[in-house]
Amino acid sequence: PSRPLPQSRSAAAAVAAAAVLVWAEVPPSPPQLRYPPGTMQFMLLFSRQGKLRLQKWYVPLSDKEKKKITRELVQTVLARKPKMCSFLEWRDLKIVYKRYASLYFCCAIEDQDNELITLEIIHRYVELLDKYFGSVCELDIIFNFEKAYFILDEFLLGGEVQETSKKNVLKAIEQADLLQEVSKSNFSDQSV
Amino acid sequence: QAKYISQCIDEIKQELKQDNIAVKANAVCKLTYLQMLGYDISWAAFNIIEVMSASKFTFKRIGYLAASQCFHEGTDVIMLTTNQIRKDLSSPNQYDTGVALTGLSCFVTPDLARDLANDIMTLMSHTKPYIRKKAVLIMYKVFLKYPESLRPAFPRLKEKLEDPDPGVQSAAVNVICELARRNPKNYLSLAPLFFKLMTSSTNNWVLIKIIKLFGALTPLEPRLGKKLIEPLTNLIHSTSAMSLLYECVNTVIAVLISLSSGMPNHSASIQLCVQKLRILIEDSDQNLKYLGLLAMSKILKTHPKSVQSHKDLILQCLDDKDESIRLRALDLLYGMVSKKNLMEIVKKLMIHVDKAEGTTYRDELLTKIIDICSQSNYQYITNFEWYISILVELTRLEGTRHGHLIAAQMLDVAIRVKAIRRFAVSQMAMLLDNAHLIASNTQRNGICEVLYAAAWICGEFSEHLEEANQTLEAMLRPKVTTLPGHIQAVYVQNMVKLYASILQQKEQAGEKEAAQEITQLMIERLPQFVQSADLEVQERASCILQLIKYIQKLQIKEVPVAEEVIALFAGELNPVAPKAQKKVPVPEGLDLDAWINEPPSDSESEDEKPKTIFHEEEQRHSRHRQPEIDEEELARRREARKQEQANNPFYIKSSPSPQKRYQDTPGVEHIPVVQIDLSVPLKVPGMPMSDQYVKLEEERRHKQKLEKDKKKKKQKKEKRGKHHRHNSLHTESEEDIAPAHHVDIITEEMPENALPSDEDDKDPNDPYKALDIDLDKPLADSEKLPVQRHRNVETLKSPDSEVPLVEKKSKKPKKKEKKHKERDKGKKKEKEKKVEEEEEEKKGEDLDFWLSTAPPAAPTPQPQVGIFPHQRKLLWLFLACELCRSAVSCCSTEGNISFISSTSCWGAEILCQPSSEKTVMGDFRLILCKSRTEIEIQMQFQAWLILLLMGVMLYSCMVLFPSMR
Repeated sequence: PSRPLPQSRSAAAAVAAAAVLVWAEVPPSPPQLRYPPGTMQFMLLFSRQGKLRLQKWYVPLSDKEKKKITRELVQTVLARKPKMCSFLEWRDLKIVYKRYASLYFCCAIEDQDNELITLEIIHRYVELLDKYFGSVCELDIIFNFEKAYFILDEFLLGGEVQETSKKNVLKAIEQADLLQEVSKSNFSDQSV
Repeated sequence: QAKYISQCIDEIKQELKQDNIAVKANAVCKLTYLQMLGYDISWAAFNIIEVMSASKFTFKRIGYLAASQCFHEGTDVIMLTTNQIRKDLSSPNQYDTGVALTGLSCFVTPDLARDLANDIMTLMSHTKPYIRKKAVLIMYKVFLKYPESLRPAFPRLKEKLEDPDPGVQSAAVNVICELARRNPKNYLSLAPLFFKLMTSSTNNWVLIKIIKLFGALTPLEPRLGKKLIEPLTNLIHSTSAMSLLYECVNTVIAVLISLSSGMPNHSASIQLCVQKLRILIEDSDQNLKYLGLLAMSKILKTHPKSVQSHKDLILQCLDDKDESIRLRALDLLYGMVSKKNLMEIVKKLMIHVDKAEGTTYRDELLTKIIDICSQSNYQYITNFEWYISILVELTRLEGTRHGHLIAAQMLDVAIRVKAIRRFAVSQMAMLLDNAHLIASNTQRNGICEVLYAAAWICGEFSEHLEEANQTLEAMLRPKVTTLPGHIQAVYVQNMVKLYASILQQKEQAGEKEAAQEITQLMIERLPQFVQSADLEVQERASCILQLIKYIQKLQIKEVPVAEEVIALFAGELNPVAPKAQKKVPVPEGLDLDAWINEPPSDSESEDEKPKTIFHEEEQRHSRHRQPEIDEEELARRREARKQEQANNPFYIKSSPSPQKRYQDTPGVEHIPVVQIDLSVPLKVPGMPMSDQYVKLEEERRHKQKLEKDKKKKKQKKEKRGKHHRHNSLHTESEEDIAPAHHVDIITEEMPENALPSDEDDKDPNDPYKALDIDLDKPLADSEKLPVQRHRNVETLKSPDSEVPLVEKKSKKPKKKEKKHKERDKGKKKEKEKKVEEEEEEKKGEDLDFWLSTAPPAAPTPQPQVGIFPHQRKLLWLFLACELCRSAVSCCSTEGNISFISSTSCWGAEILCQPSSEKTVMGDFRLILCKSRTEIEIQMQFQAWLILLLMGVMLYSCMVLFPSMR
C-alpha cells in the first residue's frame, strides 16, 4: 500500500557521514576495553525537525513524564547553536548530546558521571549502527527501528555498558538475526 | 495525520485479533513505533505478552522489545509475565535468555525482582559469558527493586570481580561501583581489592569506574586519599585518553579537598591538575574547554591561588562564542578579582551585559557582578562611589529578575558605608525622580525593586538630601500607585521621614508658610495611598494622614511641631556585630527559661499566640510562684509540651535561630535628635549617565595609579602607607563594616551540639537508601528477611548446607557458595559471643592495617539534634512577632522594619531602634506617655500606641533571651 513517506527523507538522504568521525581523544587502540560507561538515565534520538526516532529509558517514569521530558529536551537541544559544547545542565541531570548528520543523539547522565565517556558511548553506538547497516542514515533507523533497539540493547543494559567490544556486539546481533528464520515483512508502512 | 494514525490503529486492532502469530507480532511492532510517536498503546499490553510468549525467537524478540518500551510499574498485566520470563531465562537458547534479561532490565518491578532473583542469581554462574555478563548487570536493577536480595547475592557478585571473562569482570566492577557510590561506607572493606584492580588494570573503563568509586570512599577514609594520590598522578601523566584524564583530575581534586585539613603538602599534585586543565581549556574542542573550566572551579574553592595564575586564560574564555563556556568562566572570575583588577573586570562584564542577548545570561552576569563586588564584605572595593554608580547603571537593565539583589546591595552599602551616604542619597533621589523610566512596565518588572531601596535610603538619610522638596514630590506622584504594594508602603513611610526633615528645615529657617505648604501637599496627595488596595499601604497611609492632619492643626495654631515630628525618626541605624547580642547582659531577676505564659493545655495554635502577649504583665507576677512548683512537675510539663509541639503541625521545629542584636543597647542613650545639615547644597543635574561616573572614577583611578607608580619607586613600607591613606577615605565606614561582617549568620546558626546527621541529608524516597546494607555482617543475619524463611527451615535441618535460597536450584554454584558460607561460619564462631559493633571494629582494623600504621580515626560522635527550650521559645516569639508585625507597622519606625522584613527578628530589633535608647519597657512607655500628653493624640493614635507597646514588650523579651545561653 502506498503510504506517505517520512518528512525527513530528504534530510535523511544525506548519509550520516559524520558517523565515520573518529573520536579525537581516543586512540584507535584495541576496540575492546576502551569504552567506559556512565550511569545513563535515558537515551533519545531525534531528527533536526524534532521528530523522535528512538527512545530508551533506564529509569521508570510515567508516559506523561517521559513525553514532557522529551519535548523539553528536544527544544533545548535544537535551540543550541552548532558551535556550542555538547553538555548542558538540565534539572539535576547532565545532558550530553551530539549531532550526526540529521540526527541528534542525546543522553542524560547523573551529576557525578563522566561526560566524555558518555560522548564516547554515543559515538560507539553510532559506529555500531554504521557497521550494521553499512553507512547508516536516518531512514535506516526509521524503517528498522527494532534493529536499532536490538543493537542498543546488546550494547547497553540498564544504562550500563555491557559489551565494550564492537565485534562482540555485532556477532551477538548477527547470530540472533540468524535465528529469525522468517524474514519479516517490512515495517515501513506505519511511518508518519 | 491524526486521521491516518487512527486508521492505522484500527488496522492493528484487526490484526491483533487474528490467530496468526506472525501477523500479531507485526502489529505489535507497529505499535512499538506508534508508542515512540507518543500514542498510548497500553491497551495492547495483553497482546504484547502473547507475542512475548511466542516460541519463535523472531516474535519473542519483538514482544520483549515492545514490553521494554511500554511496560512500567503501573502495568497490571506485568505479573502475568513472571512465569514466561522464568521459562525464557532457563531456555537452552542463550539468545532467548538474553532477550528476556534485556527486557527485564527495563520493566523489572519489585514483585518480579523478588520472584526472579533466584533465577537471575543462578544465571550469574551460567557457562556462557554472554549470559553471565547480562545477569550481573541486571542484578543491580534487582537490588534497587528488592534490596533484600543484596546480601544473599553479594558474595557471588564479589566473585565475579575475578571472572576469567573481561566483560563479566567489568560488569561486576560496574555494579559494585554503582552500589558503592550510593552507600560508600559499606564497601570500605573492598578498598584493597579495588586498589589492586586499579593498579593492575589497563582497561580504561574499569579504571574510570574504580577511580570514581575511590572518589566516593575517600571522604570516609582520608588515609585512603594519601595512598591514592600517587597512582592517580601517575595515570594523569601517562594516559592519553581524555576521559580517563578528566576522571583522574576530578578525583584528585576531590581527594585533595577531603585531605586539605590534614595534609597541606600536595601543591605538586594541584599544580599538575591545574596544568592539565589549562591544556584542556586551551584546546579548540569546546567540550574539553567546558569541562576544564568546570573542574577548575572545583579547585578554586580550596586552592584559589593556583587558579589565579591563569586569569588571562579565563578572561579569554569570557569572549567565547559559547554561552555555557562563558558562564563557567564567570564562575571562575569570582575567585580571580583583587583590589587592583576589580574595576577592570567589572567594566568588562558591564560591556558583556550590554551585549548580552538572552535575559538568562544577562541576569547571570548581573548576579555575578554583584557577587564579585560584594564578596568577603566588599573586600576588593576601593571606591564605593564607583560601586553605587555601577548599581545605578544596572538598574537600566530591562526585564531582569534581580532587581531585589541590586536593591539589597544599595541598602547594604548605604547603611554600612557612612561616607558614601551623601553620594548614595543623591543617586537615589535621581532614581526616584526618574522612577517612570524604571517602572515603565510595573508589575512584571523586577527592576522596580530598586525603588524600594531608593525610597528607603532617601527617607532614612534625608539629611543628606539637597532637594528634599523635589524628591518628596517625586514620591507623591500618582504614578507611584501603580508600583507593587510593598514598594508603595516604603514610599509612604519614607515620605514622612522626608516630610519631617523638610518641616524642620523650614521651621528653622522661619518659613512658616512653606512649612504649611508642604503639610498641605501631603494632605492632598496622601489620600491616593489611603485608597490603595494593598492593606499595608492603606493602613500606613491612613495613619500618617491622620498624623499630618493633626500637625496641620498645630501649625495653624502656630505651634512649632518640627521637633516633635522629627523625634519620630530619631536615632541612627548602626550595623550590628553578629555576636553582639550575646553581650547583652541579662537583667537581674529575669528567668529566661520560664514561660511567659503557660501554654494552654489542649493546643497551641498560632491564633492564640498574639493573645498571650497581652498577658505578659500578669506573667511577671506569676513568675514568683513558679519556683514553688517542684522539679518533677516542671519536667512533666516540659515533656507534655514537647509532645504537644511534636503533634502540632504549625509548630516550626527546626529553623535556625537568628540572633542579631543591637550592639550597644545601653550606649545608644546619648543619641540625640539628628541635626540636619543644610549648609552643603550640591547641584545635581538631571539623570546623570552613570558612564560619566565610571569615567570619573576611572580618571580618579588613573590618578591614583600614577601616584602609586610614583610611590612604587619608594620603599614598600611607604607604599603600604599609601594604601592606608587611600583607604582612610572610608576608614570610618570600614570600621563600621567590620562588625556586621558575617552575613551568613541566619543560615549557619545551629544548636551548639547539634551535629549534621546523615539521616537529614538523605531523601527518604531515595531508592539507593534501601541498599545501605552492611555487607560484612555474616549472612546469617538475613534470616530475618521474609524470603529466606524457607531457607531457615533448611538451615535447621542441616546447618552445613546453609545456602541462600537461590542455591536450591543449581548445584554448581553451591560449591562456591559453600566456601563462602564456611568462611562466614568461621567468622561467626569466632565472634559468637561478641556484639556486632566489635565485628565492625574488626573490619575497620583490617582496613587500617592495609591503609597504614596511622592511628585509627576517632570514633564519630553520635549526632544529637534538638532544639533547646529557650530556642524553641525564641522561635515561638518570632512567630508571634511576625503576626503582630503588621499591626505594629503603623509605628513610626516602621520603615526600618520593611527594610529588613525578610528577617522578622531584625524587624523586631529595629522596631525599637530609632525611638531608641529605651529598650526597657517602662522607659519606653514613659516616652510614649510624654509624647502623648504633648501632642494630644486622637483616639486612633492611641490604638497604635498600644500596638507599639506590644511590639516593645516582645522586643524586650527577645533581647534578653539568647544571652541566657
